Amino acid sequence: IFNLSPSLEFVLIFQPAGVRVLYSLLWFCVFQPPPARYGGRHTVTLIPGDGIGPELLSHVRELFRFCCVPVDFEVVNVDSTMTSEDDINDAITAIRRNGVALKGNIETNHNLPPSFISRNNLLRTSLDLYANVMHCQSLPGVRTRHRNIDIIIIRENTEGEYSSLEHESVSGVVECLKIITRTNSLRIADYAFRLARERGRRRVTAVHKANIMSLGDGLFLQCCKEVAAGYQDIAFDAMIVDNTTMQLVSKPQQFDVMVMPNLYGNVVSNVCAGLVGGPGLVPGANYGTDYAVFECGTRNTGKSIADGNIANPTAMLLASCLLLDHLRLHAYATMIRRAVIATVTETRLHTADLGGQGSTSDVVQSIMKEIQSTGPLTQNI
Amino acid sequence: RRACVRKFSKPMYGINLTMNQTNHSLIPPPAKYGGRHTVTLIPGDGIGPELLNHVKELFRFSCVPVDFEVVNVSSATEDDINNAITAIRRNGVALKGNIETLHTLPASHKSRNNLLRTSLDLYANVMHCKSLPGVQTRHNNIDIMIIRENTEGEYSSLEHESVSGVVECLKIITRTNSLRIAEYAFKLAREKGRKRVTAVHKANIMKLGDGLFLQCCREVAAGYPDIAFDAMIVDNTTMQRYTMSKPQQFDVMVMPNLYGNVVSNVCAGLVGGPGLVPGANYGRDYAVFETATRNTGKSIADRNIANPTAMLLASCMMLDHLKLHDYATMIRNAVLTTMNETQLHTADIGGQGTTSEVVQAIMRNIQSKGPLTSEL
Repeated sequence: IFNLSPSLEFVLIFQPAGVRVLYSLLWFCVFQPPPARYGGRHTVTLIPGDGIGPELLSHVRELFRFCCVPVDFEVVNVDSTMTSEDDINDAITAIRRNGVALKGNIETNHNLPPSFISRNNLLRTSLDLYANVMHCQSLPGVRTRHRNIDIIIIRENTEGEYSSLEHESVSGVVECLKIITRTNSLRIADYAFRLARERGRRRVTAVHKANIMSLGDGLFLQCCKEVAAGYQDIAFDAMIVDNTTMQLVSKPQQFDVMVMPNLYGNVVSNVCAGLVGGPGLVPGANYGTDYAVFECGTRNTGKSIADGNIANPTAMLLASCLLLDHLRLHAYATMIRRAVIATVTETRLHTADLGGQGSTSDVVQSIMKEIQSTGPLTQNI
Repeated sequence: RRACVRKFSKPMYGINLTMNQTNHSLIPPPAKYGGRHTVTLIPGDGIGPELLNHVKELFRFSCVPVDFEVVNVSSATEDDINNAITAIRRNGVALKGNIETLHTLPASHKSRNNLLRTSLDLYANVMHCKSLPGVQTRHNNIDIMIIRENTEGEYSSLEHESVSGVVECLKIITRTNSLRIAEYAFKLAREKGRKRVTAVHKANIMKLGDGLFLQCCREVAAGYPDIAFDAMIVDNTTMQRYTMSKPQQFDVMVMPNLYGNVVSNVCAGLVGGPGLVPGANYGRDYAVFETATRNTGKSIADRNIANPTAMLLASCMMLDHLKLHDYATMIRNAVLTTMNETQLHTADIGGQGTTSEVVQAIMRNIQSKGPLTSEL
């Protein structure tokens, strides 16, 4: 289930007695099983994380309650200071149970021993969330140096440089293993092309460094080419990562859909997030065969701005809209997304990272007012 | 020879630009035979040969006492690159174009450029990205020095397929090399009067590897209390460039090989593209100069549209390395004047000029300013 662009129109019909909603649009159901619903309400795991995570997620909950979204949150706290894996295992079990999660970033303390694996990474690999999808779009009200950017970045999420396999065989010499496998490369390439086809995209670019890592990235590239052969309607090309980043900062409009291994995905997605306005604006989604986890695209903890009421809630709110789309609550998703975009266009309400003076609560209040003014549900009360 | 040198002993040109004087006490002073230096020239592929021809042409025009020993490297056998390496060992300095690495060749075929760098142990890649006033970019006032570890990291070319369909690439980080590059970075920062060094890493994921790199940087930083040191994760670094917070916050950056590749390309894009920034690879005994972003430029080869600025500025860095500072400043001033004042731009920075027009303009500029040629 993929998120829809906010420009899609639909007709919403509510029955006053219940929550039966009719759609006049056809949704594409691909390979995700329909999420479980008990009593018409969904349960979603919520992992507050560290830094700005807790405050932004409480705003999400506030907004959902305001909009009467039929979603209940099961909050699972993961303590980043503890070295035991119980917390994260609880969180993983909760996500297996619910199928969907919304999370803030969990801090990884550099001072802990190398055997301590990043909690975010552990979550992604345990649940096999193999595709990280980030849609970077220029937003109308945000002043950036480049306009008309619309790039979807699909990043392999489980292997590559993030395998956490490192060892020091000789003292003073560290070897880090970067793993590339044929199965995972084929899987992510297939995901990328399928997504491109569903969204009506013309071109998929694979980003690699095969001139240096000829076996590893060469395998990735080969898998992409094999999958591309099965999608004749979509153009495929490849670009070396250094050239890609240079092109991104000078002519980002040339890119459409990009697929890449883990580390390049990290860098390229951050460059693109910077291009459209910063980490506070772009949501990210991690999809696996059975589970989906939504978060801010650039996975920042934001420790320095935590609890200051200055964080930009847009990324987290748009991530929650992606969550609602995944749960097939498209009406709610579009309603909230429209309100969020309308608020972002309003320059007066920009938070500090966009160069404005607004606070987080101002932005959320404005979104709620926007929903109230356009939504039929709350007007009837 | 001595008379020529004395004539240029005081700065006599209107444009006040800092000279790229890199005082490397580690590298022995270059040998001079009969007052002329010999420099290895590796044309490479793509736009390399034509740009290096322009360099030779300009040097001849400016009476620079440098002779070029041309060594061609084709991508086929290892003999060519070994000859080139021997030539560089002999001469101590080289100017090169990028040698193409064909992806279709088997994995045992190592990148020639990489082989050159590791054989000569050119451990530091230095790139100075500076906004040029005449080039229109979206960011102004960028002045970042990027020091990138050049021999290890992800570029170790150690890969194997132990199980079919599973490839392992080894990224090597060693204590000695990390200490060495950190030491180089801080020493360079001190020499150039820079205030801050930022280490770029991904230690939250690669704890042992990048953790070791970071630890080495911190150890070296302790010995340079006058220079501030901080660290930043690579994804945050590439994003900071572009948000409202400016790239101007970066001063000197030091990092392992792959991040260096990406970050240096981002910075090159910020100041105007691959045609503008020169790069230098320094080792203890040798130095090789090239364009910073190491592009072959196959698609624009032999069409007279490539931007010669990067290669010419690289040749100026080479002249500084050979302690021919006056020639270096003369050529650099001419190149920058052509870029900034005459506004003669090639296609990559939005202009209409051809390579030869730019080079001609530079030569005219040198002729108008330089006492040597006007006396002829």
